[in-house]
Amino acid sequence: MTGPTLAVEGVAKTFGAVRAVDDLSFTVRPGAVTGFLGPNGAGKTTTLRMLLGLTRPTAGRLLVGDRPYGEHERPARVVGAALEASSFHPGRTGLAHLEVFAPQVGVSRQRCRELIEFVGLGPAADRRVGGYSMGMRQRLGLATALLGDPPAIVLDEPANGLDPEGIVWLRRLLRAFADEGRTVLISSHVLTEVQHTVDDVVIIARGKLVHASSLAALADLAEPETYVESPDPAALQRLCEARGWTAAASDRGLLVTGVVAAEVGAAAHSAGVELHQLASRGVGLEDVFLRLTGGAS
Amino acid sequence: MVAEYRKLVTTRMWWVLLLALAAYLAFIGGALAFSIVVAAENEQGDLMLHGVDAAASIYGLTNAIGYVFPLVIGSLAMTTEFRHQTITQSLLVEPRRGVFLGAKLLATLPLGLLYGVVATAAVVLASAPVLAGLGDGAFLTEPDIIEVLLLSVVVTALWAMIGVAFGSVLTNQVAAIVVILAVTQFVEPIARVALGAFDALDGVAKFLPGAAADGLIGASLLGSMDGGSAELLPRWAALLVMLAYAGILAAIGRFTTLRRDIG
Ligand SMILES: Nc1ncnc2c1ncn2[C@@H]1O[C@H](COP(=O)(O)OP(=O)(O)O)[C@@H](O)[C@H]1O
Ligand SMILES: [Mg+2]
Repeated sequence: MTGPTLAVEGVAKTFGAVRAVDDLSFTVRPGAVTGFLGPNGAGKTTTLRMLLGLTRPTAGRLLVGDRPYGEHERPARVVGAALEASSFHPGRTGLAHLEVFAPQVGVSRQRCRELIEFVGLGPAADRRVGGYSMGMRQRLGLATALLGDPPAIVLDEPANGLDPEGIVWLRRLLRAFADEGRTVLISSHVLTEVQHTVDDVVIIARGKLVHASSLAALADLAEPETYVESPDPAALQRLCEARGWTAAASDRGLLVTGVVAAEVGAAAHSAGVELHQLASRGVGLEDVFLRLTGGAS
Repeated sequence: MVAEYRKLVTTRMWWVLLLALAAYLAFIGGALAFSIVVAAENEQGDLMLHGVDAAASIYGLTNAIGYVFPLVIGSLAMTTEFRHQTITQSLLVEPRRGVFLGAKLLATLPLGLLYGVVATAAVVLASAPVLAGLGDGAFLTEPDIIEVLLLSVVVTALWAMIGVAFGSVLTNQVAAIVVILAVTQFVEPIARVALGAFDALDGVAKFLPGAAADGLIGASLLGSMDGGSAELLPRWAALLVMLAYAGILAAIGRFTTLRRDIG
């Protein structure tokens, strides 16, 4: 299976005086999980609603494969989407919710039953959605998106309200979909929530694109941090000053930014400074995210 | 279509309203049959009805006072989508908005027919024994009466359709119900009587939706009892007028509500 490429081309959307999306362009490739990231109010939901034909763009166009969403024969079989966790009739059971939409998607009641089991709602299938938790609604939304076994999947903030177990489960599921060749686009306002899930990132702020790349390329923008501890703190401090490193006191040692652990270790060794701890603190992806999204105007 | 129908019958509202309708009509039907019979016996009220006319007027109650129920259930079919934002999911599976609205209008018909059958049955069950036992008879085998009963069912389904169309114009659920109640219980009855009082406007009254429905059934409680405009449209014209109400409201809904951004 090869999913369709999703394309956003020069899209703008204004609500009265609010410019929710501003000259936004990016593409989402099949066979990968793409994270659509930005702080609250950045324009993610608006963009996804335009992609799905619910909201009309003020300018530009949005394509699913070769045409807009609404021009596909059975669009729900091309893109499975889950937008808000709240858009269910509270008086309907979870299973009935799926069965309501099944005819238009062109699938059987049997498939509804299978899906509700698949997303882990089997025991709650015949309970009213009004009594579902946020996480259960997310799962039901996901089941709705998967009804038509679509080659592309678009989920708006799918991790909201999911328990840690649910997040791991969702991550595996999305990974499997991408490995099958499907196109997977998920939005989030927290990078760390999806950083273990996504291959590519598209980051927007105030309606504008601020970054689009692979996750690895984003990580390259991040500065490494190394935690180091010595029985002779003064010597360690002098070493950092001599090398011109930025170091800040942290716990019982120093946190050196912009330098990888190997380099700190080598320098300490040649300067004869004894080390008791030397640990890579990884890259501060969230810092990169904040820097990118905070700086846009 | 199937989807829209499932939407209607997978919530509790449809049978709650149906039960309310049946109970309400059975009560009014029985009470009215009783009062007509008693009034006739006491030789009071020249306006009072006798024989087949009495039976027809009572059996026509389904429409005359019951029509608010199919209107409400029809409007709910639409306003619920907006209230719970299921409209988003509905338009995801059917982005062609005209098709979506058309399916909703049609899907309401079977439920409207069911409402019609139950409502008419409730009226007949409550009033026929009274008419037969104490009055001039129930006339249930009279062809005119059978027509009234069948058309009552059809009219109820049409009301449900008009309800959907109205809901597509006024999507706020509470507002839609308030307006339906106000118009059906207050505005239209008064308008019919008031218009009937002026010769120049007399012809207009029969085009009001409730009057058109009476025209389709061929029996009017308001027309025959309240001294208002007794003039009704012929059946074919009445049917067209009712369909026109549904069509015009649906068209307005299509080009206002369903043209806007959703969400
Ligand atoms: N229907 C609407 N009417 C007016 N403003 C809106 C509407 N939808 C979104 N907005 C505004 O557009 C901006 C982007 O919102 P949204 O797309 O929901 O952001 P995100 O999903 O990234 O949090 C916000 O400023 C929001 O207030
Ligand atoms: Mg959002």
